[in-house]
Amino acid sequence: MAEFLQHIINGLSQGGTYALIALGYTMVFGILQLINFAHGEVYMIGAFVGYYSSKFFGEELSQFWMSLAGKMAEDGQTLIPTFASSLLTAMTIILIAMLVCACIGFLVERFAYRPLRSAPRINLLITAVGVSLLFQYSGQLFFGSDPKAYPDLFSDLDVWTFGSEEESLVINPIQVTVLTSSIILMLILRHVIFHTRLGRAMRAVSFNHDLASLMGIPTNLIVSATFMMGSALAGAAGVMVGLTYPKVEPLMGSMPGLKAFCAAVLGGIGNVTGAVLGSFILGLAEALLSGYAMPTYRDALAFGVLIVILLVKPSGILGVHRTEKV
Amino acid sequence: MSKESQNKFAEIPGILGMKGWLFAAAVIIFLHFTLQLGLNAYYFQILMFAGINITLAVSLNLVNGFTGQFSMGHAGFMSVGGYMSSYLTTTYFASNPDMLQNPIISGVIFFFALIAGGVAATLAGYVVGLPSLRLRGDYLAIVTLGFGEIIRVLLLNMNIVGGARGLSGIQPLTNFFWVFIFALLTVFCVWRVVHSAKGRVLLAIREDEIAGTSMGVNTTEGKVWAFSLGAFFAGIAGGLFAHYLTTLNPGTFDFNRSFEIIIMVVLGGMGSISGSIVAAIFLTLLKEVLRPLQQITGYDLRMIIYSLVLIGMMLTRPQGIFGTSEITSLFNYFKKRLKRGAP
Amino acid sequence: MTQIALKTEKLTIQFGGLKAVNEFDIEIKSGMIFGLIGPNGAGKTTVFNMLTGVYQPTSGSIIGFNKNLVGLKPFQITHAGFARTFQNIRLFKNLTVLQNLQVAMDQNPKHKKFGLLSTLIKTAKLLESEGEKTAECLSILKIFNLDSRAEEIASNLPYGDQRRLEIARAIATGSRLLLLDEPAAGMNSKETASLMHTIKDVRKIFDATVLLIEHDMKLVMGICERIAVLDYGVKIAEGTPSEIQKNPRVIEAYLGKAATNDQAR
Repeated sequence: MAEFLQHIINGLSQGGTYALIALGYTMVFGILQLINFAHGEVYMIGAFVGYYSSKFFGEELSQFWMSLAGKMAEDGQTLIPTFASSLLTAMTIILIAMLVCACIGFLVERFAYRPLRSAPRINLLITAVGVSLLFQYSGQLFFGSDPKAYPDLFSDLDVWTFGSEEESLVINPIQVTVLTSSIILMLILRHVIFHTRLGRAMRAVSFNHDLASLMGIPTNLIVSATFMMGSALAGAAGVMVGLTYPKVEPLMGSMPGLKAFCAAVLGGIGNVTGAVLGSFILGLAEALLSGYAMPTYRDALAFGVLIVILLVKPSGILGVHRTEKV
Repeated sequence: MSKESQNKFAEIPGILGMKGWLFAAAVIIFLHFTLQLGLNAYYFQILMFAGINITLAVSLNLVNGFTGQFSMGHAGFMSVGGYMSSYLTTTYFASNPDMLQNPIISGVIFFFALIAGGVAATLAGYVVGLPSLRLRGDYLAIVTLGFGEIIRVLLLNMNIVGGARGLSGIQPLTNFFWVFIFALLTVFCVWRVVHSAKGRVLLAIREDEIAGTSMGVNTTEGKVWAFSLGAFFAGIAGGLFAHYLTTLNPGTFDFNRSFEIIIMVVLGGMGSISGSIVAAIFLTLLKEVLRPLQQITGYDLRMIIYSLVLIGMMLTRPQGIFGTSEITSLFNYFKKRLKRGAP
Repeated sequence: MTQIALKTEKLTIQFGGLKAVNEFDIEIKSGMIFGLIGPNGAGKTTVFNMLTGVYQPTSGSIIGFNKNLVGLKPFQITHAGFARTFQNIRLFKNLTVLQNLQVAMDQNPKHKKFGLLSTLIKTAKLLESEGEKTAECLSILKIFNLDSRAEEIASNLPYGDQRRLEIARAIATGSRLLLLDEPAAGMNSKETASLMHTIKDVRKIFDATVLLIEHDMKLVMGICERIAVLDYGVKIAEGTPSEIQKNPRVIEAYLGKAATNDQAR
């Protein structure tokens, strides 16, 4: 039982990071009908931004939050302030990565994709592949191709163990942080898309570009905003993955990126709720598959799921079938 | 209508008749025997890579250029073909080592092993193509990428082909003759196909799927057909590569390989066979030219350059160097000018 | 006895909660020129899309040349004898005029199809068939006065010629029922007049039946033998041109109820 729960927890935290990446895919696809291959690389850059910022001023940040948190809890309790300061440090770093990635998303859209908006879709796709590889290999040039160990922001905290010696459930505070922050980010995104003017404009543009621009919606601005939001989420995911598997390298983005895309298709591409649902399903399925049956097949699972879903229900679990207008 | 003007259109475009193709084959056989005598081993290797790359680029162009689909799985099909044919030849020659002495028999065995590899890749192409090609174009890109990964994971788990260690001790059966005969065969097949009723189906799919299907074209069948044929030649090329390198592992044909082929097709012009040939040769050479640069800097600048070229190409000249036209149209142009007697 | 080219019964399609076309019945006799008119958004193109298999009807039946067409894919419907043009021209833009027709002619059921092997070795039979097909394409182009532009790229043709090339391409499929979606859209009155002649010629030469959607009333009233009127997805009238012109429900659909309008002002 504990083993099963353990797999579920691992699956959920993995699913959370997939969801953050998948959201960017699905938003960009919804608005431009483009599979943004470079999205996985934005996630990689996010991880590196997190790496460098925690390396250079993680210590100071942590002390700053610690002093604040420490003042609040002067009654000798240590666990809560330690956890709170670690959490706040992690969140600050996530925020920095999100900002940098939003800028990168903006630049990519502005200079690589926008000039091709009216070109055949295949050209846009090729450009996206080009941007993706450019990031991968210039990443190797700038960051070095060897994997880097992520600074451990939660070093002051032990893992939380429940249950007996033989049957124990291990919950890592990092996992809790990752899952909580990804859920918070998703809720914020949901609010933006469904309850703000910006979100309404985004939905309008994704429904019909020309019509939206005739209604006075600045479509270019909305597309930029979509890219920035999606990239910011990918950046956050990058930091979270860096924290969980304390290792980052320039090629780390392509595989989770592709898997997140599969998750988005599974849930119904273009559908925000679907992306989250698909990601959690995929995360859980991967955890259970590698935990119980065939760990070596783990990396192929997402693509197998993709092929099956395209055969059975190409619009995905929550997607609506849209026929091309004639 | 006059008989003459009818004939003018009735002629299937293309200056090469059957005689021309056979002549080209004869030239390959001649070169096979002469080049081995005097060519420096390093240049010979570049030549072999160029030949295999021609096969790969031209066959991918059938899918990406002429049919307008975007496959990124050519390396995956190379894996399938390479492993299949290598498995066949290694098991055969392990039990019949003396057959290696006879160049004719070993050649025939090699030929059938390559074809078997091609057929295996075709089947894989069919399985992958059917679900994704029923849908809009860009799903194929992701599915073919994922296919490469599935193949890698499957091969890792197949002990019969060495698992993670891979296959080694593959007989070095690939030679100039096989590389260029298959390159020629690929060019021949793709050329004849695209200049036929079958090819017009593919062009119609590229231009407008909905109009195509309304004109009676079975678009799914056409796409799967082109994709499987492309996979066949990729499988052959994989076999040629494997029997040249003599070792294979699940990572030999990774995504970078697919990407190299894609850039050949894009650079040469999607929809131009001669463009693909020229680009395949050019990029094979470029790789060698850039090799010292990599040694100096210690970084793989090649991929950065490739990706920049790809993006720049899409932004400035998306149709590639040749566009959709062929070198032969240049010949025809000069022929016409000569006939007219223009200066 | 004349054959029935197309018969629909209670043809209905629903998008979400909206019945875009509701219980649409028509019967078109072979050799007829039939007009389908109605205000914008009445569901005319949706009817076309159902007839050609682009949309699957929610319910109802489509019988074309005594064959049930519901559930068939668009290309199968073309093989069954229906071919269409599009409201917003959909030519194979980068192919030549001749190639546009050849694509359709290759699918014409009367021509033999060849396998990969014959394609590769270019058998004598294949070459002969190619020659026949090309000659036939050129003779169709001649009827449309496009034969001199056979080698031009389709997108370089002037607008009116592109519309006519689309009709020529539909004919090349060998279909006996042509569905023309606003064939005169964007044409000037002179081009429209010549188009009317072409449509009549086409019917005579190819023994075709024509179903057309059109807003140009001069064309509709000039060449259609029967007209059906669609409003909000429902057929409100059907009859000869003169009957339709007098029908009060049609006038109301197009111009609104005069009385209510006056009161509103």
